[in-house]
Amino acid sequence: MLKKPIYFDHAATTPVCEEAFMKMKPYFTDIFGNPNSQHAYGREAVKAVDEARDTIAAIINCKPNELYFTSGGTESDNWALRGAASAFKNKGRHIIISPIEHAAMITTAHVLEKEGYEISFMKVDGEGFVDLEHLKSIIRSDTIFIGCMLANNEVGTIEPIKEIAAIAHERGVVCFADAVQAAGVLKIDVKDLGVDMLSMSSHKIYGPKGVGALYIRNGLLIDSIQTGGHQERMKRGGTTNVPGVVGFAEAFRIAARDLDKNFEYVSMLRDRFIDRVLKEVPFVKLNGPAKENRLPANADFSFRYIEGESILFSLDLAGIAVSSGSACSSGSLEPSHVLLAMGLPEGLAHGSIRFSFGKHNTVEEIDYAVDVLKGAVERLREMSPLFNKKEILKNV
Amino acid sequence: MYNEKVMDVFKNPKNVGEIENPDGIGTVGNEVCGDIMQISLRIKNDVIEDAKFKTFGCAAAIATSSTATEMIKGMTVDEALKVTNKLVIEKLGGLPPQKIHCSVLAEEAIKKAIDDYRAKQAAKA
Repeated sequence: MLKKPIYFDHAATTPVCEEAFMKMKPYFTDIFGNPNSQHAYGREAVKAVDEARDTIAAIINCKPNELYFTSGGTESDNWALRGAASAFKNKGRHIIISPIEHAAMITTAHVLEKEGYEISFMKVDGEGFVDLEHLKSIIRSDTIFIGCMLANNEVGTIEPIKEIAAIAHERGVVCFADAVQAAGVLKIDVKDLGVDMLSMSSHKIYGPKGVGALYIRNGLLIDSIQTGGHQERMKRGGTTNVPGVVGFAEAFRIAARDLDKNFEYVSMLRDRFIDRVLKEVPFVKLNGPAKENRLPANADFSFRYIEGESILFSLDLAGIAVSSGSACSSGSLEPSHVLLAMGLPEGLAHGSIRFSFGKHNTVEEIDYAVDVLKGAVERLREMSPLFNKKEILKNV
Repeated sequence: MYNEKVMDVFKNPKNVGEIENPDGIGTVGNEVCGDIMQISLRIKNDVIEDAKFKTFGCAAAIATSSTATEMIKGMTVDEALKVTNKLVIEKLGGLPPQKIHCSVLAEEAIKKAIDDYRAKQAAKA
């Protein structure tokens, strides 16, 4: 076993990059002012926050005053959905989201349902792509919000957001994109995408945890969810997390600068991993798209006849950190809602494992992981009452 | 979330497999809920001489299967019927709350295997 556990869970979180860490440090101790204060300390903090906003705005091609800092992806998602639902309730109460959204969206939508809103789900195909014709067919005169991920966190599907936004606007509906997994990994130009709102998170792109942002197109007025002081142009109360936004912006700057290089390198690791697993592990299904329109870091598999959490811990014991879409690891009894929406049978949905690679991973780690995985899967199948080797091989 | 004992048993489970021509066999759970447990027994004069399991499920399901089969080996069937999920959990030094249902499966699988044994005995008689 290699000394330090191999980290293949970058879709969960990433380590803070050195550049971001160094840039944040003074803002904890020396430049600690509250950006709301009028004095020199406050002005210094304001300058740092403004610079961070300018940096990120330039990367996603929006105006700095269209960007609002939040506590992360979940808050940004909540704000976009609840803020729009509340602001447009006189126009209608119908909301459309994809069925493979993050819990931050799905759970919030279900809460809104109890408050009198109506939720419809777009259809997705077997690879997780939104069915645009179906989307067109479910928009109504009282639809006020259409929301979809730019890229899915579990299976890596990159959605046709530009087309979704165009369809939404044709019918005069606001369009939101959750770019938590996509920002810093794919080129994002909010004007080109045409979305009205877009959420981002810092800790998925080698920035610190607890900070994110929501882009809100100028002219779109949604309600505030977190009320308080005058921060964020009176739209989001609460003292700005100054070191956080400084680190977020620096991590984003580095991610944008190295985007092509990282995309190519991480895709290479992913492709090597996917190719070897499909070739060397029997009875396995790659979830999500083949390689086109798939996040460069994502490989998600269902292993027949065995359950995801037991694979996760087998790999963990061998020093490999991965994530399981399986219910068991999250504490609920339901298998992944993403895989079920994609039409996978429950048994396969229970047996899924997500590998998400990062810029620090190596080919050696990929190869080691495939070797370990083969053994782990075989061992668990030996234990599984569903796996009857003789019978299965007879039918192949 | 799991204690060391559970991880240890998961890593090196005992009694994996299926007894050929078992005197009793029981399968509980289903693929939809994500856990299936099969326990097969060799029983002589009402004493469990051997117990084996096959489990589709999480680490806790595998650990409880192993521990439960270890516990009932050498017991009479009446004694084995008194092996509750609480006793299995105790033996493992505790389970996270959301994993309690796995230990329930072990208890149910044992009961089902013994029911099967008794039904077969009755058929012979």
